[in-house]
Amino acid sequence: MILIVAEHAGGKLAKSTLEMVTAARQSGREGPVTVLVLGQGVADIANAAAAVADQVLVADMPQLATYNAEVWAAATAQIAQEGEASTIIIGGSRSGREYAPRVAVKLDAPYLEDVIRLSAQGNALQAQRYTYLARVTETVEAEAPVIVVTVKPGSFAPAAAAGASGEQYDVELDLPAPRVEVTGKSVEKSSRVALTEADVIVTGGRGVGSPENFATYVEGLADRIGAGVGATRAVVDAGWRPYAEQVGQTGKTVQPGAYIALGVSGAVQHLSGMGKSKYIVAINKDAEAPIFKVADYGIVGDVNQIVPALIEAAGK
Amino acid sequence: MKILTLVRQVPDAEARVKINAQNVDLEGTTLVIDGMDEYGVEEALRLREGGAGVEEIVALAVGPKRVEDALRTALAMGVDRAIHVETDEKLDPIALSRVVAQVAQAEGAGLILVGGQEADWDSQALGAATAERLGWPQLTWTNELKLEGETLTGRHDVDDGNESFRAALPAVVTTQQGLNEPRYPTLPNIMKAKKKELRKDDLGTYGAQPTVRVVQSEIQTRARLNKMIDGKDPQAAAEQLLDLLRNEAKVLA
Ligand SMILES: Cc1cc2nc3c(=O)[nH]c(=O)nc-3n(C[C@H](O)[C@H](O)[C@H](O)COP(=O)(O)OP(=O)(O)OC[C@H]3O[C@@H](n4cnc5c(N)ncnc54)[C@H](O)[C@@H]3O)c2cc1C
Repeated sequence: MILIVAEHAGGKLAKSTLEMVTAARQSGREGPVTVLVLGQGVADIANAAAAVADQVLVADMPQLATYNAEVWAAATAQIAQEGEASTIIIGGSRSGREYAPRVAVKLDAPYLEDVIRLSAQGNALQAQRYTYLARVTETVEAEAPVIVVTVKPGSFAPAAAAGASGEQYDVELDLPAPRVEVTGKSVEKSSRVALTEADVIVTGGRGVGSPENFATYVEGLADRIGAGVGATRAVVDAGWRPYAEQVGQTGKTVQPGAYIALGVSGAVQHLSGMGKSKYIVAINKDAEAPIFKVADYGIVGDVNQIVPALIEAAGK
Repeated sequence: MKILTLVRQVPDAEARVKINAQNVDLEGTTLVIDGMDEYGVEEALRLREGGAGVEEIVALAVGPKRVEDALRTALAMGVDRAIHVETDEKLDPIALSRVVAQVAQAEGAGLILVGGQEADWDSQALGAATAERLGWPQLTWTNELKLEGETLTGRHDVDDGNESFRAALPAVVTTQQGLNEPRYPTLPNIMKAKKKELRKDDLGTYGAQPTVRVVQSEIQTRARLNKMIDGKDPQAAAEQLLDLLRNEAKVLA
């Protein structure tokens, strides 16, 4: 079977899970597409998964109420072994890329990480992925009876519900006790469109000048045109904006229809998170800023002057 | 307690990436310690300077001859000793973790520090794979770390924000920007580093084989329009940009 570990949050199946189903169906690897749901109180999630998968395995246990890398890896490897999985597909989220390597080591399997395409080549599995801070596209290949894959969010079309629902089975797991104790948590929520789902993103860099200006210019423009809000690492490190809004190597990867960068220099680590956007717009007062090299439309100018004009013009 | 800190060598972030015969060609490229690993080296030094019971800090690198330079930098920053497993073979992180775990065991390390994401292969897997081989817990994307006795506390990034944690050694910690500001090696320390031990080791003894093969690499840059709009008249510039976004790009209603 092809085993997909469901990603879910807030009691809902995540879109990334539907994307993984598409990746599984395109992979050409053998076996029924099976979704494993790990969690507690996950009946609705399992039902949603059953609409797109051939079968769903449900591990509904108190020990799975919160994510833990060692526990998730143990659960996934156990099911993969029992079900003789040929391929294990895990989300390319922070957590997915954290426990997937452990699964690969447990199963002595090759690991194809953060892939954007998958295809079988005889017994081998070929994948494409970005390397060198997303400047290079690499094709990699592994050949083994079982292969672990993580899928980059947003790279595959979400699977649509099939006519019939997949069969659901409850599974029992033997889980290790978590050894990392979580002593506090701060959840960063943005009230706006999720960055990874937004069609248009307005991002502010240090060039916008202050947290107040960020609200006026970046949020102001985003609200006017119905866009999501992004930020550079410099802005997040300065405490102007929450980490949830950071785009780049250590933030989110986004691929919107339009990415509007205000006062953003365009460092490689930032470009690696937004360089695949369909259209890139840059407003920066420095004509030499690297962001202009990747821009479709550029304005050399002061955000303090251009952005208010833009907000006004967009309202007309 | 011994700390093992992992050092990889990657092209400088600003360097242009070249492809030759379907592979990334590093000839003539400036190579540096991977920035993410450098945070690990710095953090090991800070843990010791902060009074944690750190007996020794050992830097490990696996790679071709030139990787010595990265180890020398780590030595000049202040690590005590270095191990270089010399090979021209390109090992993927799952294969590489086999070497790291065996070295950690042989050295009796209690803490491994490694960068959260590689700047060349963009992989986040090495820390987790190494932790699994050793049967240790892992803390990834760490941006705050304290060590008291055998207890690690700190903060790290997770899917929906960040978490404070507590865990007992031994453990693997992956490091990232924000954890610290790495120091520059001073000239006296660079001189001193030349006398420090840099032991050569043979990959053959570790039984590590690549598990993933690179078939080809290409640079696919999307051709950008690079249309510049005159910003001198902000109103006119704004109107023109909106017109392009609406009618040419068709990304705004
Ligand atoms: C390991 C590592 C990981 C990283 N990960 C990320 C990441 O995930 N995301 C990320 O963004 N960065 C990341 N960085 C940081 C990155 O290298 C840059 O430092 C950062 O992106 C710079 O942010 P900035 O463009 O907002 O600020 P700056 O570099 O300070 O640029 C500000 C820009 O604004 C312009 N400007 C100033 N005033 C005005 C004005 N009035 N009007 C118009 N323009 C103006 C300036 O000309 C300049 O180009 C990482 C760095 C490292 C080392």
